[in-house]
Amino acid sequence: MTGMEDDVSEMREPLVGQKILRTEDQTLLRGKATFMDDIPIAKGTLHAAFLRSPHAHARIRGIDASEALKLKGVHAVITGEDIKPYTKPLIVGFANPLDYRGIAMDKVRYVGEPVAIVCATDRYRAEDALKLIKVDYEVLDAVVDPVRACEESAPVLHEAAGSNRVSHRVFNHGEADKVLDAAKNKTQITIRYPRNSVTPMETYGVVAEYKPDTGGYDVTSNFQGPFSVHTVMAIALKIPSAKLRHKSPANSGGSFGSKLTLFPYIVVLCVASRLAGRPLKWIEDRLEHHASSSVAPSRVTTIEAAYDDDGTVNALRMEHYDDHGAHLRAPMPAPIYRMHGLSTNCYTIPNVKVTNNIVLTNKCPTGAVRGFGGPQLYFAIERVMNKVAKELGMDPLALMEKNLIPAGSFPYRAPAGALIDSGDYQQVVKDSVEQGKLDWLRERQKQARAEGKLYGIGFAAAVEPSQSNMGYISTLKTKEEREKAGPKDGAVASCTISVDALGSVNVVGDSTPQGQGHQTALAQIVADELGLNFSDITVNLETDTQKDNWSIAAGNYSCRFSPASTSAAKTAAERVRVKMTKVAGRFLNVPEDDIEFADSMIRSKSNPDNGLEFRRVGGLAHWSPSSLPEGMDPGIREVAYWNAPELTPTTANDEINTSLAYGFAFDFCGVEIDPDTGNVKVDHYVTAHDCGTILNPGLAKGQIRGSFANAIGASLYEEFVYKEDGTFLSGTMADYLIPTAAEAIDPVLVDTVAIPSPFTRLGAKGIAEGNQYTTPVCLANAVADALDYEDVTMPLTPSKVFGWINSGEEMAPPADEEKTEERLSVDFSGDALRGEGETFVPAPREKVWETLLDPKEMAALIPGCRELDKHAEDHFTGTLKMGVGAVRGTFEADIRLKNMRKPESVEISGTLDGSLGVSRGTGWVELDEVEGGTNVRYRYEIHLSGTIASVGGRLLSGAARLLINQFFRALVARAAPDAAPRKGLLGKIRSKFGGNS
Amino acid sequence: MKPAPFSIHIPDTIDEAVACLAEHGEEARVIAGGQSLMAMLNMRLAEPSILVDVSRLADLKKLEIGPDGLTVGAATTQAEVFHHPDLATHMPLIREALTHVGHIQTRNRGTICGSLCHADPSAEMPLLLATLGGTVTLQSASGTRTLSASEFQTGLLETAKQQGELCISAHFPSLPSSAKWGFREIARRDGDFAIVAMACIADKGTVRLGVGGVSDAPTVEEWTDLSTADIPEALNRLAWKMGGTDDIHASARYRRELVRRIGQKLIEETLS
Repeated sequence: MTGMEDDVSEMREPLVGQKILRTEDQTLLRGKATFMDDIPIAKGTLHAAFLRSPHAHARIRGIDASEALKLKGVHAVITGEDIKPYTKPLIVGFANPLDYRGIAMDKVRYVGEPVAIVCATDRYRAEDALKLIKVDYEVLDAVVDPVRACEESAPVLHEAAGSNRVSHRVFNHGEADKVLDAAKNKTQITIRYPRNSVTPMETYGVVAEYKPDTGGYDVTSNFQGPFSVHTVMAIALKIPSAKLRHKSPANSGGSFGSKLTLFPYIVVLCVASRLAGRPLKWIEDRLEHHASSSVAPSRVTTIEAAYDDDGTVNALRMEHYDDHGAHLRAPMPAPIYRMHGLSTNCYTIPNVKVTNNIVLTNKCPTGAVRGFGGPQLYFAIERVMNKVAKELGMDPLALMEKNLIPAGSFPYRAPAGALIDSGDYQQVVKDSVEQGKLDWLRERQKQARAEGKLYGIGFAAAVEPSQSNMGYISTLKTKEEREKAGPKDGAVASCTISVDALGSVNVVGDSTPQGQGHQTALAQIVADELGLNFSDITVNLETDTQKDNWSIAAGNYSCRFSPASTSAAKTAAERVRVKMTKVAGRFLNVPEDDIEFADSMIRSKSNPDNGLEFRRVGGLAHWSPSSLPEGMDPGIREVAYWNAPELTPTTANDEINTSLAYGFAFDFCGVEIDPDTGNVKVDHYVTAHDCGTILNPGLAKGQIRGSFANAIGASLYEEFVYKEDGTFLSGTMADYLIPTAAEAIDPVLVDTVAIPSPFTRLGAKGIAEGNQYTTPVCLANAVADALDYEDVTMPLTPSKVFGWINSGEEMAPPADEEKTEERLSVDFSGDALRGEGETFVPAPREKVWETLLDPKEMAALIPGCRELDKHAEDHFTGTLKMGVGAVRGTFEADIRLKNMRKPESVEISGTLDGSLGVSRGTGWVELDEVEGGTNVRYRYEIHLSGTIASVGGRLLSGAARLLINQFFRALVARAAPDAAPRKGLLGKIRSKFGGNS
Repeated sequence: MKPAPFSIHIPDTIDEAVACLAEHGEEARVIAGGQSLMAMLNMRLAEPSILVDVSRLADLKKLEIGPDGLTVGAATTQAEVFHHPDLATHMPLIREALTHVGHIQTRNRGTICGSLCHADPSAEMPLLLATLGGTVTLQSASGTRTLSASEFQTGLLETAKQQGELCISAHFPSLPSSAKWGFREIARRDGDFAIVAMACIADKGTVRLGVGGVSDAPTVEEWTDLSTADIPEALNRLAWKMGGTDDIHASARYRRELVRRIGQKLIEETLS
């Protein structure tokens, strides 16, 4: 607290609301923080490494770990079959037949899914052992598109579920169908929200230990909550929840939601530690984090709007295909239901119909990501509102203002159930337009357009929900199912405050912070309540489920801190105050209503000279219990559990007040698009937030800037890319791009109203997620405006945006152009790497045929192959050591020949299997006799999966081309050894790629 | 993400380094700055059993910048070259391109010769070697040889450097005082792999354009008496000749379009 404590002691104003520097930064900025991987571990602790699936979808026929177990230092190799007896399936919020235990059992369903765990004396040895484990996979067709996954013909991930659509619910609030059917004006738009996340610097980390004395497990991990998931873990581990002790480190290297879905790993590692007989530590690496930790659900939404000529929107109808990847993990599919009450956003639209399809596909499963369902929903709503304005020829801002919930109508009950507590949206818009200089921006756009530039202006508004109703997920059940299960609602927060024998104050809370500054804010609140200095308050937010108070809602998610954790702290501090008032009143001989806490004193308001130091009163409760009022317990330790009565269960009509407090965000921006590169430059960005009482403006602004930076990532850079066959391509930070300091944009932060929530103790609302909601769609609306283009999808990559600007044909190649080298490309929207070509071999057809099909000759043709074993006329196997540049891998090859029509054509199919990845391919070769030799025509398709595809995408097509060229060069050399080598020997080669042709 | 086991050999002389490379053949890899190789080792994309660390060899720390150009040893870092006081005077094009090579942190370790030997198709230094017509000197147990850029650069991640050979230095010739130059790079973010990088040199009626990121290796095209009206067709021909590949960041067509559009701007800028 350097530079601060001197000021604080002089302060008369409340600390809440002041910009107080973060106590946390003393350790963080000096590099003294203890993160998960810094925590000392017990002697003998083993280190875990996961063997992960290279396939998007495959059946496991067998796992042979015998070679891995022979490696020095390897103690155990544990598979799904080993985990099974010690676990039950991890449950989710509705009854279903899915059997998910954190590790593959009979099938793998996405690239990166855990298949086995090696437990070894160090991580290096554990990783050495991975490649010695042999897994026999039967590769199955994969599906990655959520709409396609719902079709009858789609491969089914979970046979027990019978369908990839694991939940389908239709919600009618009002009469949207009727209004839309009768509407004179209506429009619709389909949006695709991409698969992204917010990547923390610190990855997942777990230390798990089986405790034979209790039969339970001790776990230290950077799990972030909600602690309702603690019960999910305990049930899965088949132990009483008190026997699952979970501790969190003091410091977190960030989460942004991602560390919620660490829990399946905790379960698996608990059992593994039991089987290995030692404590077990695992720190996730970056490739694991990208492929297999957590992402936000991607979504396809079709949304319709009915509206009047004056711009009044009367009804919305939307159908969501919410893509959750390979498994549902609690509390999924929460994001879509967390936003349900807000299905009409900040508008007075009286009718809304929502159809939710929860879909499983062959991709990394989902979890919490900053914004939690909001970015997807608001992208659809704000895009359709924008389209309505466009169709009416109305200014988009005028249309929004026409439909905004009027000031003075709060609390406002939205049709889907949100009880929006407070706000003045019109004032926020007014302040933004003035401070953000909208008139100037419009003039700037006019000028830019006059100069022929592509310049667009976008707007977006969003209700920012905070503190989730623990009951909202039950909305996905039918009324009957809910009645059977019993009510779920509320969101409890707890706080414990102790005053010790020297009068120092200790605060313990259940917010598991990840760098937001919770310690600072809680100290401000408690110091205010007890009349103490900021520096007098010690706050410890590490959690230990066996020793601390916590609730199922505990944790760090959905903007819970500002509304709930602060309310619990305020309540606990009040209880301390009540008790100390009683003690002091008796000593000072002053009625309790005349006692005040100020200047570290407890004293008479009417006679401030009559007082006791705070620490003296605290000391009395410990040193002299006999002097306490009769019936009072000694010591001072007050526990508050706080809940809000407004968080009621889902009604019979499926209305749900999904959150407790609702802030408001409004953004507008100007973008300029470079017609030559497709680059979207954010020229001007304005963002305004009303988050109720501001606890600490420094913390609030930090959250706005942080959320904005994340949202710039989601808008311009970030996407986890999968090919149609489920191959994962975004394994590294060179593939999954996040904004760095160099890409940071400094927005105009509007100084606007702060209308307190009537439902939280300090009037505070969440502020951490607002720009996740508004910024992507604000930029999308601006790009749509700049280009007059509707189907704007995130991220706005220059290559893609360029395609929107230049949809016409490319400039044709020069007429006399002769292609002398094969051109082959990877099409990332397709399902395979495809190419074709032809080459001339100056040798007779029979000779070429023999060379192609003789195992000795074929071995010489295949790059890196020394020998092939012939098992039958049409079946060869062998070991290849091949690569490009420094990249080298060893692969087992299995080659089969089909449809042999000697000496004209043959189909060659094969697999290559190695630690770098797996490739399946088929080549069709035709030999034509031509003058002086043979013309070899070929086409092929290759499916690549595993590490090499995940980290090498940028160079894959070039590498494939190189290896195939090596093959044909060798063919020419073997079949026609006397042919003079010349450049361009490959002759004219055409290429074709992509698609499903 | 831990490397497979390997031994590290830290030679005291170039001869010792070369002898070690000869002895271990394809099992040995040279490491200098390690900015590409370490990541490949950690991901086990490469599993050499021995690393020959040449970063401490004083004989490889050569850095000469003068009217003839830049000669840089295999252990000289990109940052050392960048901060040389004479770089801006004699090799302004190299200086400009170096700002696009990774980030300050990676340039502090990464070497120019390492980048040339790694031969990433998007890398700037191989592009400049090709465009400026530089040379690479290789040493093996049987002696040294010097290759031109076109002899050295054979393709994607591949060079003419043979097993047992160590790249000891590279030379980038300077431009005549009459020459004009320009450099443009399009990448997703500051410091990212180039989607397209282009260097242009114009002198006495000749325009030379080097393009990286589109094909498997840098491509250099030279035109004489190129009129402004001819530029679009010349660049279109070049774009189709290189072809380009689709990857996660950009389509092949996008790459060709950048060659046409940004190439045109770059040539015009350079000529002006």
